[in-house]
Amino acid sequence: MKTRLSLNQKSTLLSLALFGVILLVWQLATLPQAHTVAAGVDPEYAALMGGGGATAASSFPTPAAMGQTLWDKLSDPFYDNGPNDKGIGIQLAYSLVRVLGGFFLAAVVAIPLGFVIGNSRVIYQAVDPYVQVLKPISPLAWMPLALYTIKDASASSIFVIFICSLWPMLINTAHGVANVRRDWLDVSRTLEVNPLRKAFRVVLPAAAPTILAGMRISMGIAWLVIVAAEMLVGGTGIGYFVWNEWNNLSLTNVLFAILMIGVVGMALDSVFGVLSKRVAYQE
Amino acid sequence: MTASLSHPFLQVENLARIYPSPAGGDGVTVFDHVNFRIHKGEFVAVTGHSGCGKSTILNILAGLDTASTGHVFMDGREVAGPSLDRGVIFQSHALMPWLTVLENVSFAVKSRWPNWNKQKTCDHAMRYIELVGLKGAEHKKPSQLSGGMKQRVGIARAFSIEPKMLLMDEPFGALDALTRGVIQEELLKICAETQQTVFMITHDVDEAILLSDRIMLMSNGPHARIAEIVNNTLPRPRERSAIHKHPHYYPIRNHLVDFLVSRSKQFGNLRDAPDAPSSPTVFDPVDLLESAVSTEAEAGHTAPVGKPHIHLVNA
Repeated sequence: MKTRLSLNQKSTLLSLALFGVILLVWQLATLPQAHTVAAGVDPEYAALMGGGGATAASSFPTPAAMGQTLWDKLSDPFYDNGPNDKGIGIQLAYSLVRVLGGFFLAAVVAIPLGFVIGNSRVIYQAVDPYVQVLKPISPLAWMPLALYTIKDASASSIFVIFICSLWPMLINTAHGVANVRRDWLDVSRTLEVNPLRKAFRVVLPAAAPTILAGMRISMGIAWLVIVAAEMLVGGTGIGYFVWNEWNNLSLTNVLFAILMIGVVGMALDSVFGVLSKRVAYQE
Repeated sequence: MTASLSHPFLQVENLARIYPSPAGGDGVTVFDHVNFRIHKGEFVAVTGHSGCGKSTILNILAGLDTASTGHVFMDGREVAGPSLDRGVIFQSHALMPWLTVLENVSFAVKSRWPNWNKQKTCDHAMRYIELVGLKGAEHKKPSQLSGGMKQRVGIARAFSIEPKMLLMDEPFGALDALTRGVIQEELLKICAETQQTVFMITHDVDEAILLSDRIMLMSNGPHARIAEIVNNTLPRPRERSAIHKHPHYYPIRNHLVDFLVSRSKQFGNLRDAPDAPSSPTVFDPVDLLESAVSTEAEAGHTAPVGKPHIHLVNA
């Protein structure tokens, strides 16, 4: 073949090849195995452990089984057969609503507060110790307090998302606002730009890339945390689904849920990727 | 000077800037006893070594900085804070990179005349964009422009608000020599058309002679002062290609270079002498011509004809 492949074509081919390798390894690892009773092991014990027959299917899902599950689940994502049997679409929707709710509440608090903190050295230094102490706390540690005060499982998980989304957005907004280039502020001072116009026309666009980077980090963390939070509070959501399927010993469904968590996480991140590009500027 | 008889447009009285010392003792006086006047339509340049406080003086005039003592009056009113009456051209052009050329200029126009409608604001901005020769580039972002074009946008923005006075802090310091020459001439033309009053900082002796009517020379800091004021007698309109043929050109140039190279340092020792001049010495090229001839005869050196362009770089 004389034609040269472009960079994109090469990476796509490599990606597909990697996918093939993964499937192959997976297939080989889950092949039915011939069980030979190891010397020195009680045959009755071996039979109990599933080694009685000549061959035994692996309990880990094979690629084919996984494909079947994917097809079944994705072809009917919104069915609802009671509390313990809902389609993956419904479970993901529950999780997304909580994540987006907590995230937007956090943005509403963090971005204006970050503006105030970033504008004043005094407030920045006064608030900094609190932020530094609160930031490293695992958001799940707030769960008991949230459950005690809010007394509602779903609202508590929204609160946990709120708490974990707050800090990156707050810190990045304050940092972005505090580091707006002196020149731009001087320009708006010499043009006698009023404070509100300065905030929206100068400081906000100047700090937007930093603020958006904070929002992107927050969204990433929120999506990580929702799974754990829903495992704790139960009821609905993708986290609850994973735990429920583990209790059902359905590894295929667990694996399917893991895949879905990854795909949705990637989609959320790429939304922020697009937004970041929109507000980016080149000096 | 006949101009001093009329009421000066800008009057700077006894300006000083003292930075408090971190140890709590006596602060560092960057400059003190700075007095000067600028008349309407006059182009005044100030030059001196880094650290003499030129930029601080400009920022005080702009209202972006405050003096430790002293006052600045413009048009009979004391300068207190930034104002649309004084346009500033920054060395770093200070364009907002997320706005296009037109939006950058319109932002200033909208600040000056908030009640204008969109069309009027845009038309006014476009007039100044055309004036600096950027028609066709108005929808570009600053990152797509060369250094010289960016500075042109800065000039258009400053002129678009039609300020009573223009302040320029080394406006061409970051540009290459060729671009600098072209924009200098454009600036001269626009200033002449608009009768703009200008205060400019420069490290470039040739730029000072080309652009300004008076050149103020500052001694070295700390305790910097305006040591000398040189009247530029080269007639307007000055052209880069012709000014060096004028008989006053080299005397003025040599005087400026001599000051920057040697006299700026010595001034500090003379300052506290009992017979020290209380106000800056004013030099007219007529005096310069005579003194240049006499010092040349004494020292035995010739005027550096054809000497390469001297540009004292801001260290």
